[in-house]
Amino acid sequence: MDFLRQTLVIARKDLRAELRTKEAINAALAFSIVILVLFSFAFDPGEQETVEMSGGLLWIVFAFAGTLVLNRSFAREVPNDCLDALVAAPISGAALFLGKALANFVLVIAVELVSLPVFGIFYNVHWTGQIWSLLLVLALGTWGLTVIGTIFSALTVNIRLRELMAPLLVYPMLIPALMSAMKLTMDLIAGKPLGGEDEVWLRLLVAFDVIFTALSLVLLETVLVG
Amino acid sequence: MSAVAAEGVWKFYGDYPALRDVILHAEPGACLALIGRNGAGKTTLLRIIGGFSKAGRGQVRIFGNDPRDTETRRRVGWIGHGISVYDELSALENLSLFGRLYNLPDPQKSAMEWLERTGLERVKDGLVREFSRGMRQRLAVARAFLHQPSVLLLDEPFTALDDRAIAVLQRLLREALAEGRTVVMSTHQLREALELATHVALLNRGKIAFHGARTPQMLADPGWVYAHYDEA
Repeated sequence: MDFLRQTLVIARKDLRAELRTKEAINAALAFSIVILVLFSFAFDPGEQETVEMSGGLLWIVFAFAGTLVLNRSFAREVPNDCLDALVAAPISGAALFLGKALANFVLVIAVELVSLPVFGIFYNVHWTGQIWSLLLVLALGTWGLTVIGTIFSALTVNIRLRELMAPLLVYPMLIPALMSAMKLTMDLIAGKPLGGEDEVWLRLLVAFDVIFTALSLVLLETVLVG
Repeated sequence: MSAVAAEGVWKFYGDYPALRDVILHAEPGACLALIGRNGAGKTTLLRIIGGFSKAGRGQVRIFGNDPRDTETRRRVGWIGHGISVYDELSALENLSLFGRLYNLPDPQKSAMEWLERTGLERVKDGLVREFSRGMRQRLAVARAFLHQPSVLLLDEPFTALDDRAIAVLQRLLREALAEGRTVVMSTHQLREALELATHVALLNRGKIAFHGARTPQMLADPGWVYAHYDEA
């Protein structure tokens, strides 16, 4: 019970701080929409090829935009040495990680949900056909991105070039999750329901989320204190 | 049982030993002033005692337990170089947040009580980023005392404080000591620290050069310990 309460306290604190400044969410949202619009000029929306690759494009944009939110996760604790106060507090590393990951998830998914209609319009994609399945894939892919981004935000919090280092570490780790999310999204946009040959990708995405969530919950304390 | 005990603590940064076989004890109710020149290892030692980093060799105990134990952390208050409160939150939100993290029965009430004790009740809803430096420091003091810790670890607590904040901190520390709490503070402000201290430890290049009770002689001449025990 304590664990859940502390997790929610951390998540609420991060969301409140972000909603007051809107630093990360504004940057991520602007980046996501601008890149989607710019890429739409490079590809002909009427082409079947564009529709086929749009799922991949969408996840690349989400991954880059998400990093803008995730980089700030532990960097937010650096001014005033707030991280010291959290490390000194009687909360487990797992609760701290999960609280931060939950707040990041909410912020990243909000950016994605606003970007989706823009994507649909500019790429002439009918993304609402399999909406519930698409939302499931979106949630699973975003959780994978959030977990990796949050733990690497903690790992790089005391590094001077953390804005550069975090993405360099995050993207290679994300390859399995991104590949799965891209493949599933492409098929859902093409009108194929989940299941069949896509099931293996869905399983990979779920396994990725479970494994890296468990690892991060266990490792955060070591990452922060040594 | 000592409130704080460091037993043979070494800390290496690469090959450089920042702390060398540090043995230190602070009994319950004692106020230990940790003094030494810049780079002597005061902050490194305090951070190990506070559980922020680990000793390379040796061990630290707080009431016989590991500093990273959850129950131990509940009994420790910390003031470091930063104020450790959030600029984007109000004073009340900051203290309520830490009250919840320390699982206080009524975080809001405790927060209000400490805002009053530090003279910040009138700005309770103001965002910390709008506070003056002195107000921010008083809020940091309130955060450290909020959960009534048995052990207070203070790293240069008087540095950059205005007169009012120094007075508030000294009053709160006197009250804490009278209640039997233990204080370990690193400082360069010898006069303020020695007025409160019951014991003094001098660190020189990572080694304890002196550790003992504070004497009236030290109070009369704050530089006395340096003059007699600090190697150049």
